[in-house]
Amino acid sequence: MSRTLLIDPVTRIEGHAKITVRLDDAGAVQDTRFHVVEFRGFEAFCRGRSVYEMPALTARTCGICPVSHVLTGAKAGDAILGVEPPPAARQLRRMMNLGQILQSHALSFFHLSAPDLLLGFDSAPGARNVFGLIDAEPEIARRGIRMRRFGQEVIAALGGRKIHPAWAVPGGVLGNIDPEALERLRTEHETIVHDAKWAWARYGELVDAHPAEVAAFGDFPSLFLGIVSQDGNWEHHDGLLRFIDAEGNRVGEDFPAERYADVIGEVADADTYLKSPYHLGAQGGKAVGPEAPGTYRVGPLARVNLAERMGTPLADAALAEFRGEFGRVPLGSFHYHGARLIEILACVEQLGELLNDPDLGRGPLRAEAGINHLRGVGVSEAPRGTLFHDYRVDEDGRITGVRMIIATGHNNLAMNRTIGQIAEAFVTGPDVAEGVLNRIEAGIRAYDPCLSCSTHAVGQMPLVLRVEGPDGTLLHEVARG
Amino acid sequence: MAGVNLKIDGVEIEAPAGENLMQAAVRAGVRVPGLCQLDGLSVVGACRMCMVEIAGTPRPRPACATPVGESMDVHTDTPRLREHRRVLLEMLFAEGQHICAACVASGACELQNLAAELGVDHVNFTPPPTRLEMDLSHPRFGYDPSRCVLCTRCVRACAEVEGAFTWGVAGRGRETHLVADLGVPWGEAESCTSCGKCVSACPVGALFEKGTSVGERRVPRALVSTLTARRERESHREVLK
Ligand code: SF4
Ligand code: SF4
Ligand code: FES
Repeated sequence: MSRTLLIDPVTRIEGHAKITVRLDDAGAVQDTRFHVVEFRGFEAFCRGRSVYEMPALTARTCGICPVSHVLTGAKAGDAILGVEPPPAARQLRRMMNLGQILQSHALSFFHLSAPDLLLGFDSAPGARNVFGLIDAEPEIARRGIRMRRFGQEVIAALGGRKIHPAWAVPGGVLGNIDPEALERLRTEHETIVHDAKWAWARYGELVDAHPAEVAAFGDFPSLFLGIVSQDGNWEHHDGLLRFIDAEGNRVGEDFPAERYADVIGEVADADTYLKSPYHLGAQGGKAVGPEAPGTYRVGPLARVNLAERMGTPLADAALAEFRGEFGRVPLGSFHYHGARLIEILACVEQLGELLNDPDLGRGPLRAEAGINHLRGVGVSEAPRGTLFHDYRVDEDGRITGVRMIIATGHNNLAMNRTIGQIAEAFVTGPDVAEGVLNRIEAGIRAYDPCLSCSTHAVGQMPLVLRVEGPDGTLLHEVARG
Repeated sequence: MAGVNLKIDGVEIEAPAGENLMQAAVRAGVRVPGLCQLDGLSVVGACRMCMVEIAGTPRPRPACATPVGESMDVHTDTPRLREHRRVLLEMLFAEGQHICAACVASGACELQNLAAELGVDHVNFTPPPTRLEMDLSHPRFGYDPSRCVLCTRCVRACAEVEGAFTWGVAGRGRETHLVADLGVPWGEAESCTSCGKCVSACPVGALFEKGTSVGERRVPRALVSTLTARRERESHREVLK
């Protein structure tokens, strides 16, 4: 195997999203499959390296949400050192995570999804992108760009102007917030609050315009997983993990990161390279459906559904509206978009609190310690959902084993199910119209999966859709990208 | 001592006899790139990065290991030399595994600086079948063979300045690596005084302080040079008394 390694390499989960739809004798949808190629060999890549390098190494391995890997890797490192980072360091890490969620959500909503929602799923593919959006509604594009930049500036104010700041380290963080950047952020903050409010209001109209998609995009009962705060409110970085069912009832006890393997199992599917995690307890009685017991979702919708309250005024008002319209636990994956906008409000508000905290960054930033535990698990809420890093080390702190569960992995079963639903609703025989492909793409995109193919802001997701007969013979194939 | 007159990149200079071309170049305001040379340590001429062309000599010569000569006409930066250095550099990268974004030395690395200087930003490489593991057995320091460029600066700093003779080189080809004492983990090397001179001498991120993370290399690289210069000065003073 020979490959090109940059001195500064970023390896992404590459490839086409491949979807197989199998029809029955009557030409109706019988089964669907979503296959993605996962980057493998990562464990071998890390083995023998120092635990101190892991935040940076894992960030290189996934180029899509490096900041989340840096933060989660640092938390797994904290656990190996057996230390709690100093309060100032924890606060700054939280701040970076908020910046990360904000910039990622802004990209996902304004650049990737707004063209579908605003221009319509059947609109010409050539214009159904961020440029088409700029033509049709420059205001939404402009605000999206501004919001994303604000989030990125929060990250840069902490980690410096590097693409992937390896700024969080086991025990704490490498540096304090840049005072000049802090001033700038304080000044800009009000505009961003305004933009976030505006986006939420605008979203209401968009939902009303797409009743068919709201119904077909992965509207099914499932469990939800995410971190919750001590008082059961929205949380993104510190706290216990919680599962709820489709009615909002707690499933099992809340658990700390290091106990995840007692609660979550993984099935390795031969033909989807992604492993599919499921809730173990769901096997015995808590099944959420005969096809896929234990299916759960993570990410914005899960976090919002888990939360008693968001914890800040604007986000709580939005949450109340959201629940007023769609119920206590909205189940459709279309609602990921709404949840993302509620989270944008929460991030912006919480960032406001941090930016104006006179004690921000005061005190020590790093706890020093040797290797005190041979295993460490870190968890954090990445924009796309719960991210676990599980490291094993030898007594010198050299990595002997790595296991990671990424948001796209958690959501794998649910994404499969979503595509099935969309296919059932829109595929009526071997001939598949462009609009169906668009809807499938949008159905996947609702989860904002971290496939490099899902982050094409311009043009479409590289996608291959195979329609097969009952015996597996290829009836029709559409490919693009 | 009589001076020697020569020309480096067109600049006429006078250098003391016995000085090497790398030192003399500094008098002409020219910095010749090199990895294995470090002021205060003996010269080994191992890395070949400092090759220069001398008019009338068929093949390039290592500046660090070539004494100045009367009327020499030296060129340090020709297209041929650039190409040669680039190839060398790519080989060094390809032999190891350099992920600057995860490296303690990033931002303070002589190899990385050279790459930037020579415009090397991609390397084609085949991952080695066996990976040499990091040695993190020493309580204060770590050694990462996959970042070692085998310049032996650490070996010489340890032997010539500290007098401990802890480090040696073992293995062949791709498997060449440093060994502490007779091949024990660094932390078990009885000769090691934990002085850290080797770490300070390392041009890259192969030797580092434990517990440091990306871009956190703190040890001053000039430490060994400063120490040797000071010793030299002090010993002169002894003589004068
Ligand atoms: S030793 Fe230098 S070139 Fe190698 S990874 Fe570290 S910074 Fe990069
Ligand atoms: S460890 Fe550093 S100083 Fe020693 S040989 Fe390797 S690169 Fe040179
Ligand atoms: S510096 Fe001259 S050969 Fe290495």
